[in-house]
Amino acid sequence: MTVFPMSSPPPLAVPPIVNPHQAATVGAPRKAVALISGGLDSMLAARLILDQGIHVEGINFYTGFCVEGHTHAIRHHERAKPKRNNALWTAEQLGIKLHIIDVIEEYKDVVINPKHGYGANLNPCLDCKGFMVRKAREWMEQHGFDFIITGEVLGQRPMSQRRDTMPVVARESGAFDRLLRPLCARLLPETLPEREGWVDRHKLLEFNGRSRKPQMALAEKYGFQEYAQPAGGCCFLTNQQYSHKLADMWATRGSKQYEFDDIMLLKVGRHLRPRPHFKLIVARDDGENNFLDGYRKRFIHLHATSHEGPLALIDGTANDEDIELAARLTARFGKGREAETVILTVTDTAGNSRELKVAPMPANNIPPEWYL
Amino acid sequence: MTHFVLDARQLLCPLPVIRAQNRVAELSPGDTLEVQATDPGALHDIPAWCRVHGHEVLETRQEGHEVIVRLRVVA
Ligand code: SF4
Repeated sequence: MTVFPMSSPPPLAVPPIVNPHQAATVGAPRKAVALISGGLDSMLAARLILDQGIHVEGINFYTGFCVEGHTHAIRHHERAKPKRNNALWTAEQLGIKLHIIDVIEEYKDVVINPKHGYGANLNPCLDCKGFMVRKAREWMEQHGFDFIITGEVLGQRPMSQRRDTMPVVARESGAFDRLLRPLCARLLPETLPEREGWVDRHKLLEFNGRSRKPQMALAEKYGFQEYAQPAGGCCFLTNQQYSHKLADMWATRGSKQYEFDDIMLLKVGRHLRPRPHFKLIVARDDGENNFLDGYRKRFIHLHATSHEGPLALIDGTANDEDIELAARLTARFGKGREAETVILTVTDTAGNSRELKVAPMPANNIPPEWYL
Repeated sequence: MTHFVLDARQLLCPLPVIRAQNRVAELSPGDTLEVQATDPGALHDIPAWCRVHGHEVLETRQEGHEVIVRLRVVA
């Protein structure tokens, strides 16, 4: 065994210990994972970072409440014009990969128990942002990426994009200073990618407030066209009518729970609650008819046979009197609405059918509060 | 080089894309995958997903209410 005098350091038998993170990426570009919603802001944020020579890949979360895709596919008249997936479209414009992650199950807890409460409707935006950034942080760690970027703009949204709530997202997601918001970074404290010189803070922006003009000007500079501009928000939870239907569902069930099928059904058809113990879901067109048809076996369902008319599902329990009321309502939404009588077939959940002859309910006899 | 079939029928977009993406992650370069779906959106979304990831779209077709997309996994 060789003994070295204390004054001189031992020769370096092994390479000095360096940050393994740095060692792995020497010469290779730094990598950022970008939250891509399909809207303009996240697209611009990703582009700014791409322009700084960073390798960017996108991540998009499917919660079940996203406005993207399905409802457009359900309604018949919108079928003619196929709906693109805006997140994929964005990724293609940017030339980056996009990973779409199914978070339907995990997201339930965000909607049911938001620590920071709801916004104007049942939108738990602050918890939702924290959740998504946390998922992105986990993905970043699993895939050896260096930081996370979002399209957030200071002051843009009342709940999740305030000066006091932005640090909450960084902290609760566990991303801390690896979370960079390129569109407003210069108004926020320096983050790790800026401090380490991976990105140049001077080339980041200071967008602030609710105006969309700076984003639109930047989009024009980049030549981005046909980008999506969702009104109100990226998900159905910001929609007042949708939230009303969800709240009604929770109130009737006596607990805040849901299954994926429940939240899909809330997007489809007219929903009327004529009695506390049941509601009626009536298709509005062929597309919705087909969609509801896939669910009919789980519900008492009815449709007119003497006239053309929609399929309707009874959600809840219904006695004969209730079924007759449901039949009169269903008749009201079909071609026989002006007829004296309409014949309908009613089928129970065991598959037994019977015929029912009823007078369609006149429109002005339906109290407006029945409509959810 | 194996051929696989994925049944994504009755699922609404973007679920067919997500299922295709997760299946492709388990396959090897050169393998082919046929995705069957009923949401017409899949006809555009799955090829778009293939383009951004560099996988090759071999065929897209519609058969009645069904959409078929065949793709080849690229490294
Ligand atoms: S609008 Fe919906 S998806 Fe967007 S942050 Fe709020 S809850 Fe989340």
